[in-house]
Amino acid sequence: MSAEYILEMNGITKEYGSNAVLKDVTLRIRPGEIHALLGENGAGKSTLMNVLFGMPVIHSTGGFKGEVLLNGERVRIMSPMDAMEKGIGMVHQEFMLIPGFSITDNIKLNREITKPWAVSKVLGKDLEFLNVQAMSRDARKALDDVGMGIDEFALVSGLPVGHMQFIEIAREIDKTGIKLLVFDEPTAVLTESEAAQLLSVMKNIAASGIAIIFITHRLDEVMEAADNITILRDGRLVSTLKKTETTAEQLAALMIGRGEESVIQVDKRKEAPSEKIAMSIRNLWVDMPGEVCRGINLDVHEGEILGIGGLAGQGKIGIPNGIMGLYDAVGDVELFGKKLPLNDTTSALQAGLAFVSEDRRGVGLLLDQSIEDNIVFSAMQVHRDFLKGPLHLKDTKKIRKTAEDMIQKLDIRCTSPAQATGTLSGGNQQKVCVARALMLNPKFLFVSEPTRGIDIGAKQLVLETLVRLGREQHMTIIMVSSELQELRSICDRIAIISEGKVAAILQPDDSDTAFGLAMSGAQLKGGETA
Amino acid sequence: MNKQSKVINHIKSYAVTYLFIALSVFFIIVSRLDLNYVASQLLLRLNRNAFIVLALIIPIVAGMGINFAITIGAMAAQIGLLLTISWGVTGVQGILLAGAITLPLAALFGFLIGKLLNRMKGQETIGSLILGYFANGAYQLLFLFIFGTFIPLSDKVTIVGASGVQNTLNLTGSVGLYKALDGILLVPFSIVAYVIAGLIAVYGIIQYTRKSFTAQKLAFCLVGAALIAGILQIPAVANLFSGAGGRQMIRVPVVTWLLIGCLCLFNMLIMRTRLGQKFRAVGQSQTVANAAGINVDRTRVIAIMISTVLAGWGQIVFMQSDGIGTFQTYAAHEQVGLYAGAAILVGGASIDRATNLQALVGTFLFHSLFITAQSAASNLFGDSAVGEYFRAFLSYGVIAIALVIYAWRGAKKHKSGGVDLTKVEKN
Repeated sequence: MSAEYILEMNGITKEYGSNAVLKDVTLRIRPGEIHALLGENGAGKSTLMNVLFGMPVIHSTGGFKGEVLLNGERVRIMSPMDAMEKGIGMVHQEFMLIPGFSITDNIKLNREITKPWAVSKVLGKDLEFLNVQAMSRDARKALDDVGMGIDEFALVSGLPVGHMQFIEIAREIDKTGIKLLVFDEPTAVLTESEAAQLLSVMKNIAASGIAIIFITHRLDEVMEAADNITILRDGRLVSTLKKTETTAEQLAALMIGRGEESVIQVDKRKEAPSEKIAMSIRNLWVDMPGEVCRGINLDVHEGEILGIGGLAGQGKIGIPNGIMGLYDAVGDVELFGKKLPLNDTTSALQAGLAFVSEDRRGVGLLLDQSIEDNIVFSAMQVHRDFLKGPLHLKDTKKIRKTAEDMIQKLDIRCTSPAQATGTLSGGNQQKVCVARALMLNPKFLFVSEPTRGIDIGAKQLVLETLVRLGREQHMTIIMVSSELQELRSICDRIAIISEGKVAAILQPDDSDTAFGLAMSGAQLKGGETA
Repeated sequence: MNKQSKVINHIKSYAVTYLFIALSVFFIIVSRLDLNYVASQLLLRLNRNAFIVLALIIPIVAGMGINFAITIGAMAAQIGLLLTISWGVTGVQGILLAGAITLPLAALFGFLIGKLLNRMKGQETIGSLILGYFANGAYQLLFLFIFGTFIPLSDKVTIVGASGVQNTLNLTGSVGLYKALDGILLVPFSIVAYVIAGLIAVYGIIQYTRKSFTAQKLAFCLVGAALIAGILQIPAVANLFSGAGGRQMIRVPVVTWLLIGCLCLFNMLIMRTRLGQKFRAVGQSQTVANAAGINVDRTRVIAIMISTVLAGWGQIVFMQSDGIGTFQTYAAHEQVGLYAGAAILVGGASIDRATNLQALVGTFLFHSLFITAQSAASNLFGDSAVGEYFRAFLSYGVIAIALVIYAWRGAKKHKSGGVDLTKVEKN
């Protein structure tokens, strides 16, 4: 007897501590269908998949509520291995392939076909010899099924990235008894023709009766390949739709739509911001792992707060990190009409740039040092402020006074300026980072993910500070954030980055649909030049 | 173009090896030693050390770097030898007994080492080095105090009237362990060389008839075999080995060579099993191996266990062949890890890649310098002590270079997000 659904996840709720990341989510997949799973970062897609695969991170944090049914039977999936044995496979976004192995070895990894011999009969299966012929035969068949003509003995390391995706798929369909395959952003690294091939392979796999969960942000691909679509937002199920009954625009709006509520209320700027250009970025490429920029073109007006948004991994964080010289970059950047040398953090700081990093604890702060030392550290190093005498000793009195000023101004909650920053809460650490950037008297400020991991009160204060700096001190600010709502609350314009390029520059009050489409890179279609 | 870059790549990755070939030749010339002496010493040392060096391969393949903790395997072997001497078992039986005692001891030690190294992933090389030093302390305690006090031993090995084991033990004479393996069958070098040449030719023909060799490879084998046989026809070369002119006749301890050959074969065969596949997978990417359901930690422990046991047996091979047959009870194991590690690196292995051939070539080159360093130094600087310094400099230097190269390559690999910025078109 076969159930209507191959997989049912009913009423899944998952909390990390008091923070609910999934709230009563339901996902139902029929055999042989391609089911797209849509949502912004943090919408709960990955957590839902972690639940499905029984990842340790789920079980070690108290499990989840709700039930999982495979083929109509209730199951408990305790580990990824368990999931594999139950017929659930995963095509990873980051390839799970061993570069130094041949394609065959990779497809058959830990599922090798072996021949027993005298010694292995005594000492166990581990000592059985590999049956290379049988393994390569299986690999050949799996490769043919995904339409790859390449030699099954070729090493993976020499292959183009696009091929690796297909090898991953070949490995999954080679597993016997596979019933459900999860594709996590499979087309992210593919060229257009490869992506088209992938979609047709997916359809073939689905036609053979294997169900597919297709996680992607590319709405055109969803419209092309999916049968049904489930949309998550903020850990909640928004809607499950049939492809035939919806449009890309509707999906985009559903993904983003958060009503009108703002994080903070900011008065609209009275006068239009200056037309003078503070920074012009031309063809900027940044080699930052996971956040690669592929030719950014952007003009920033003097005195404005420019928001940079987009999904994680699309390259938005690469922009400040590249310009500040933290990762290798090429391109042309001009600051107030003067050319800014890249890959040189000291020059960037001396030119009047300052950066509040998204990596607060790693790049941002010296966690064992006191608040006051952290606040003055950059200014001391870059401008030689807060030093006195011929020996350049620390001017402790001046440092203490400045620190106390800043603590009061930014409302940093601490016992004293001498408290170690590592002991502060996330929000207060963020304020110390901002204070330090301000000590440089920057003309231009980069703020990256300023509200990540801090509570709502601290969030408002940080955002208000940014607005005040912009309005009162006429500082030009680029704020990079994954929280679209936040950008829409305080920014004058918002650039959406998709696949390492600027997909669109939008006004804060543009429609959800416009933002959703820009994030899914829909405009880019056909316009790729790289 | 492609061929040229291949050659450049080859030279780059084997820079250390080529440097050592050049150095070896230079040293042999400068040392003004008789070639017959150099050749005999080299074969002797290859015979002694190759087994231990080969024991390093599996952990390297499994991504655990150079297992300097083979020193601990050597300690296990020395416990085995001590008991064998104490119980008075001689000859081949004695060697077999020592080997049998070594097996469980080294396996247990290897298990513990493996467990510990799993807790310090990424720092196995330095971890195993320090572990070796630490174990040395425990070893001294065992030999100084516990043996003879809690574990009864015969008077032959203990210090009469005090606790502990004698400082040096004799393996010769009635103890009967000296050259117990080497001495079983000694055959003149030229005969062994002819046999090897013959085997290469036969192997080539068999592989060719089974269609797994191309004609080119067959020709390669045949020419190689003919070359070996041909060179031996040159009188100067033949005399080098035959001992003409009052020199020493060079003979090969066949049984030890066979053991070394078996270990090479073992290293090759295990890589073709499911276990070998796990070693390689874990060595290249623990994440991917784990995702494929391989028990990474267990695989790593097995790799270290095998290595430790092999190193123990290697130490027995070394001890029965070494010097004039004395067993430095408290010091014989001290340099084992260092010299073996340096040797395999000289052969062109790296922290994450090693083969049998690299181990053998490395042993050969490293020891050719060892033999000649003293004479070369006294000829060049008028002081043979410089040669001693040079040996230490050499061993540590090679290891340091290998670690630096590895760290440098790793750093380069780590930082990139996958775009090649040099290929971006500038406007």
